[in-house]
This record gives sequence, C-alpha cells and structure tokens, in this order.
Amino acid sequence: MNDALKKEFEALVGKDNVMESESDRFSYAYDAAVLEPVMPSLVVRPASREALGRVVKLANDNGLPLCVRGSGTNLSGGTIPKLGGLVVLTNALDKILEINEADLYAIVEPGVITAKFAAEVAARGLFYPPDPGSQAVSTMGGNVAENAGGLRGLKYGVTKDYVMGVDFFDVDGEIVKSGSRTVKCVTGLNLHGLMVGSEGTLGVFEKITLKLVPPPLAQKAMMAIFDDINKASETVAAIIAAKIVPATLEFMDNFTIRTVEDFAHAGLPVDAAALLLIEVDGHPGQVADEAEKVEAICKKMGALRIQVAKDAAERNKVWEARRAALSALARVSPTTVLEDATVPRSKIPAMMHALGDIASKYKLTIGTFGHAGDGNLHPTILTDRRNKEEWKRVEDAIDDIFDVALGLGGTLSGEHGIGIAKSKYMEKETSKATILFSRRLKKALDPKGILNPGKIIGE
Amino acid sequence: MSDMKELLRQLGELDDQLVSCMRCGTCQAVCPMYAQTGRESDVARGKIALLEGLAYQLVKDPAGVQDKLSRCLLCGSCAANCPTGVRVVDIFIKARAILVTYMGLPTVKKIIFRGMLTKPGLFNGLMSLASKFQGLFTSPANDVIGTSCSRMLAPIIGERHFRLLAKTPLHSDFPSLDTPAGKSGLKVAFFPGCMVDKMYTGVGTASLKVFAHHGVGVFLPADQACCGIPALASGDMESYFTLVRENLAAFKGGNYDALVTPCASCTATIKDVWPMLADRMSPAEQEAIKVMADKTMDINAFLVDRLGLTPPAPAAGATVVTMHDPCHLKKALGVSVQPRTLVAMNSHYALKEMAGADVCCGCGGSFTLTHPEMSAKIGQQKRENIKNSGAQVVATGCPACMMQISDMLSRNGDSISVKHPIELYAESL
Repeated sequence: MNDALKKEFEALVGKDNVMESESDRFSYAYDAAVLEPVMPSLVVRPASREALGRVVKLANDNGLPLCVRGSGTNLSGGTIPKLGGLVVLTNALDKILEINEADLYAIVEPGVITAKFAAEVAARGLFYPPDPGSQAVSTMGGNVAENAGGLRGLKYGVTKDYVMGVDFFDVDGEIVKSGSRTVKCVTGLNLHGLMVGSEGTLGVFEKITLKLVPPPLAQKAMMAIFDDINKASETVAAIIAAKIVPATLEFMDNFTIRTVEDFAHAGLPVDAAALLLIEVDGHPGQVADEAEKVEAICKKMGALRIQVAKDAAERNKVWEARRAALSALARVSPTTVLEDATVPRSKIPAMMHALGDIASKYKLTIGTFGHAGDGNLHPTILTDRRNKEEWKRVEDAIDDIFDVALGLGGTLSGEHGIGIAKSKYMEKETSKATILFSRRLKKALDPKGILNPGKIIGE
Repeated sequence: MSDMKELLRQLGELDDQLVSCMRCGTCQAVCPMYAQTGRESDVARGKIALLEGLAYQLVKDPAGVQDKLSRCLLCGSCAANCPTGVRVVDIFIKARAILVTYMGLPTVKKIIFRGMLTKPGLFNGLMSLASKFQGLFTSPANDVIGTSCSRMLAPIIGERHFRLLAKTPLHSDFPSLDTPAGKSGLKVAFFPGCMVDKMYTGVGTASLKVFAHHGVGVFLPADQACCGIPALASGDMESYFTLVRENLAAFKGGNYDALVTPCASCTATIKDVWPMLADRMSPAEQEAIKVMADKTMDINAFLVDRLGLTPPAPAAGATVVTMHDPCHLKKALGVSVQPRTLVAMNSHYALKEMAGADVCCGCGGSFTLTHPEMSAKIGQQKRENIKNSGAQVVATGCPACMMQISDMLSRNGDSISVKHPIELYAESL
C-alpha cells in the first residue's frame, strides 16, 4: 500500500483504526474455511457508518479491492481478501439502533453480534429465530450477506425470511435504501432481496431492518432411536407428510453418536444406527398434540425407542448432545471439513447411502449430522490437511458429494455460502447463462470490480 | 541465539497443537482483550494463525508475532470455551519461550528474573529493605482498601494505587513449620506464594489460623521460591526451571496429604504448568513434579472438598459480599463453588453475585506492567460490575486479582474492601 493512500485511510477512520503491520494483516488473511491464507495490504476498522461509506468510496476511487469482514466465521472463504486488497472490519459498528415492540421490527448496524441481538430481543419478550452455529460471534451483517441458516430453519425459515430492509453503500459511497419498517412494501426494486446472500459482492451494508416475531409459549423435545438409517430418514418424510412442522428436526449418524458420547457422556445409545432429535413448539395445547402425533409416527416407522424430555433439564440434555456434535467430531483429527450440500428432504435416504459409498471409495472418515428436516445435512470429513495424499482424496470426495447432491435435485450450499470454495461448481448447478447474467449485474453495479472480487461467480 | 532454522524447528514442535485450531473464531466471544480492541491478532485464533504463519514462513517478522503474543492475559477464557479443546495457554507459554530464545530476553527482565527472583535469599532481602523505606516515597490513597500511591514512582508504576509491602513478610514470622496432623487426620504442605508472603500476609496468617482450628498439620519449609509463572509468562524458561528446582528441593522429604496454596495462579502453575513442561527435566524431577502436582489444591477446594466444610444455613448477614472468580481458579481448575461456600461459613456476610463474576479482572500478572492501559480498561469494567452489585466487600481467591481490583476500586475512590475468602472465614473462628 503506498503511503499517501494509507494516510488518506487514516484521515477517514483515524490512525488507531488502520492496521498495516505484517502480523496484523496476516490475522485477516483467513476465515473459518479450510483454504490457504491470502494477505491484504491494509486493514481498516471504521468507527462510524459515515466513515464506512467514505472508506468504500476511497477504495473505489483507487480501484482497490475490498473485503468486508464481521467476525470472520465464514465457511466458504467469503471473507478471505484479495491479494493486496483492503479488509474493512464492521465489528466497531455494533449498535442496535431500534427494537420496536409495537411494530415487531429491529434496526441494527452490520457489526451487531447475532447472539447478543437475539438476547436483547428476547429480553423485550420477542423472538429472532435464525440461529446459525456461529451465533455467539457471528455478525448480523455477515448473516445477511451469507443468508445464514441454523437449527430452526425448517419451521421458522432462515435469515432472508427476516430481512425487511437493507440500506447499503454503492461503490461511490452513496446510500441506497431498500425495504421498509412495514410488513407490506412494494416500493421500488427488491434490492434488499438482492443483497441477502450476495456475500459482499454488490454493496456494503449500512444498516439492516429485521422482522421480529412473538416467541412460542411452549416446547417439547424428544429423541428417537433407530437401528436403520433408512427408517430414520423415512420418519422425517412421514412427520412432514402428516402436516407437522417441528421447530427442529435433527439427525445424527452412528459415527457421530459414538464420537459425541465419547466426548460428552450424554448417555446416547452408541449402538443406534441413527438418531432423530425433534422439537415441536407453539401453543401448549398444540405442542402436546403434535408431540403425541410425532411419537406415534416414530413408533410406526420403526423407532426402537423414543425418549421424551420431561422437563427443561432433560430438554437441555437433548440439545447439548446436538450442539456437541461438531466439537466432538472436530477433536478426532487435525482438520475438519464441514460440508453443507443440501437435498430435498425426500432424498435424504439416498444422500445418506451415497455418503457411505463415498467414504469407503476414498477411504475417509465421514461423520454426518445436521438439519434432516430441511435436507441440509453436514457430512463432516475428518482428515489432516498436512497429509497431501489424503487431502487429494478429500477434494475428490467433495467433488463426488456435490455431484450426488445435484443429481438428487439438491444444491451446493444450504447455508455456508459459495465464496471461493464452491464457485467452481456454480455452473454445474445453474448454467453458463446464470453466471454471465450475474457477472453482467456485478459489472454494472461495480464497474471496477472492487467488491469482494472472485466470490460466488469468479472473475 | 538468533538462528532462524532453530526457531522454525521449535515452532514445528508445536505444529500438532496449532493444527487443532479449526479457525471457528468462537474465542472472540470470551476474550477480554478482544472485547476491548476488536482486533483479530488479540484473540486466540489470530495468535495461533500467526504462529502457524511463522512456522510455515508465511510471516517473516518474529518480533511482530512476539508483540502480538504479549498482548494476552493468559486468562484461559478461550481455552475453557474452545469447541475443539485447543490447549491455548500451553501453546502460548511455549511459544513465548521459543520467541524469547530467538529474540533474547530484555535486560530489565534478565535482572529481575535471573538476578533476583531465582535467588530467594537475595529477593527476600531486597523486598524487606524496600518495605522499610517505602513509606518515604508513597502516600496513603484509600483507607478501606488499604492502598497507597506514589508520585515519585510514577515513571515505573504509573497511576497505580497499590498495597504496600508488609512490614514483616510471612516467612519472618513463620520461617518454617512442621506440625503433625491433628483431629482432621490431615497434613498439608503450605505454599503461600510470593504475594501472600510479602504483601497479603493477612491471607497467610488466616490460612494458618484455619488449619490450626481444624487440626490440620502444616509443613511449611523454608527457602520456598516463586512458582515460576512470572518468568514463564515472559518466556524466560531458564529462570522458570531454576525456580521449579528450588521448590522441588524445598519440599523434598515433606510428608503431607495435600499441597495447599491460597493463590489461584500458584495452584494452577504447580498443578497444570509444571507437568506440562516436565518432559524437559530429568526423570527424577519428573517423578517429583508428578507427586507434587497431583497433591496440589487450592485452599478453598481443600477446605470444602477434603475437610467437608458445609455452611449451617444460607448466609443472610448484614455485610454484602460479591465474588470475583479468578481465571486461574474457575477456568483453569474448575473451582468456583468452594470459595462461595467458604464465605457462607461466616454468618456476618451475605453473598450477592455481580454481573460477569468470572470475567478476567485484567491483571494477567506482568501484563498489567507491560500493558497498563489495556489492563486498566479491562479492570475498570470489573470495577463497574463490583460497584453495581452494591457489595461492601469483594472476595477473590487470588492475590494478583486482589491487587488489580484494589487498584481499580481505589482509583475510583470506592469504599469497598478486597478480601480473600479465607480471610472472611477466618474472621468467624
């Protein structure tokens, strides 16, 4: 970075908010994806939304590629900068600007932490449902940019279902407004819809308006134990077919069950081929009714045993086991590759079968758990990226997983994003025209290609 | 030694531990440094990435990495909350030593650690001399807390409000002890630690009073040395090994059921850090360390878990106490219930929890000297939480936390006294 430009950034955000040393820059060269680090030339941390806009303009004036970063928990390399580019941190913009209890919406700055926001909303007696796995640290800006999901996706939807509006900076640092505080709004193009899941390639978020809902009054959790993966998968389809939509409907395979039990000693049945963790919520009467029906369906579909949580402590135990899944698997080997190829839920039995075949074909350990209710499984490959020969097999296995998922009518990514990790597969799922259309769109909005270049649609 | 090859080789030995970090970034939620700065290089994930970058020569500036590594309280909040169980504190302690080997130890630290701390006789003599003259250049700051401040020493200690060195250190009043087990049938080896020996002697006498009351025999050998953590935190492995050896010699031949300390940091060091680094010592020393470490207990945990102290009724006394959980007690050793039990043993007190009782106080041992502004920022947050609890007393089981919290309260002119739980319990006997 030349000194004059650096000084201009310092003038915009203050000297203390500009980082240039090698060790500072290297600590923004990676995110949570298993990819090689890429060095930026400068890192800035604007302390106001106005300064954020001016940073975008200065970068554009100088043709400097910029990568907006919240907490860097991205699993597809979306927050890995361009070599020599600029990293723009949003974590100083962490104010909840408004929580409106009468009109059920909130307005936040992009750097607000998801879990802190959800807790603040809960303290006002309301509910913000999206709960991505990284919610303790992830930012709302990142959640919107990636269209983050979570455990409650099946019933409550994902981030996009809660975005009522986004104000964002275009490359000239001008504010573009889209959406409203109102439930209904057809004013102008649906630009906030375009921003959701755009991974920082089309604009830089200034503030976000989010929908809030009343919380459910009651919950009931249960664990259904199966001696056959197919029976578990078919049970998922049967529950939905019975017109019941549980808040969460999670799956764990035998390898994951054994690993979690070794680690957390939660009393899981280590002989079970598969587990379903199910929670229904809503009005107490409805919850009791649906829980009974779900139990009956599980039995009918051949569950060996069903454990219904009798109280909050037992319910907590069920979900502790699920929350421990990734930690437990990740402790088995040095490198953990968490995939999120997603299939229509009726295809889960076929997907599970294929994952078993892929694991034996490439001699890899794959533990699978995830959001069975919405077809979003997380096959987790346990490996060591330092072992080059094995890493090659991992890459080949990932290619196969995508082929299978797409063959079943599924999608490359349910909730982790395309970033740089999956951009090469984009054409397989969509079409050449889709990519060209997207590139033309980007070119029109970002002629110099400074906004997170290389992500989703390549360059 | 400034041999790049050797630096890379030593970092290579950490590789298996470094690689276990999956970069999820969960540590950002709990790191007290990150809460202040929002900078990735201040959180565990950033530092681990930097060490890996250095090991694989993606980062070329060891001095820059060393500087980032120093910006850490070693509080272990990250390790205690790490989904994949990365041994963050172990990694950072070893990495600091590796970088000091490469970069060299600053002269001031050389003088302090190698010239003074590792020579207990000389160290005690110097401290006792200082305690005689400290009144000349300090003035009282807060009577309730018992702190002083000093304009003359400001270039060294800054704006700090500190507790004066005790007129007579604990080892002068009790040069050594070797009393048999009484009615409890138990005998402890007592390791007061430097701060209790020289500054918070009241904690030491309270401990001895409690042992006597419960018929616990005490083995207190002369010539105890520092547990080694200050030297180690500065990457001075040589001084650390000297100190461990001095302590092994001092406690050799002692016959005791548990080695008890009233200092959370000393307990965590002897129990966790000594065994972690034992493989670099002789087989006989390794065996001695294992025996000592296995027997080492925090004093709160000893009294509650081994002696079985149970409060007669929930405390509802007139004086409100709030508790601060030292990182080295709760996060390192899982001890948090026992200090509260000990306070509840005294019916004059009632417990009222503050917000964020287990958030680091910002002391971090020598961190408070090397990064005073950051330390004070983190400490000020702790002060707000203490103040908001409405308590008249704050109790904590670590003299280093006591020192930091005293400084913060005193600078704000608060009338809240700072005590060790053992002092509150001893008052009732």
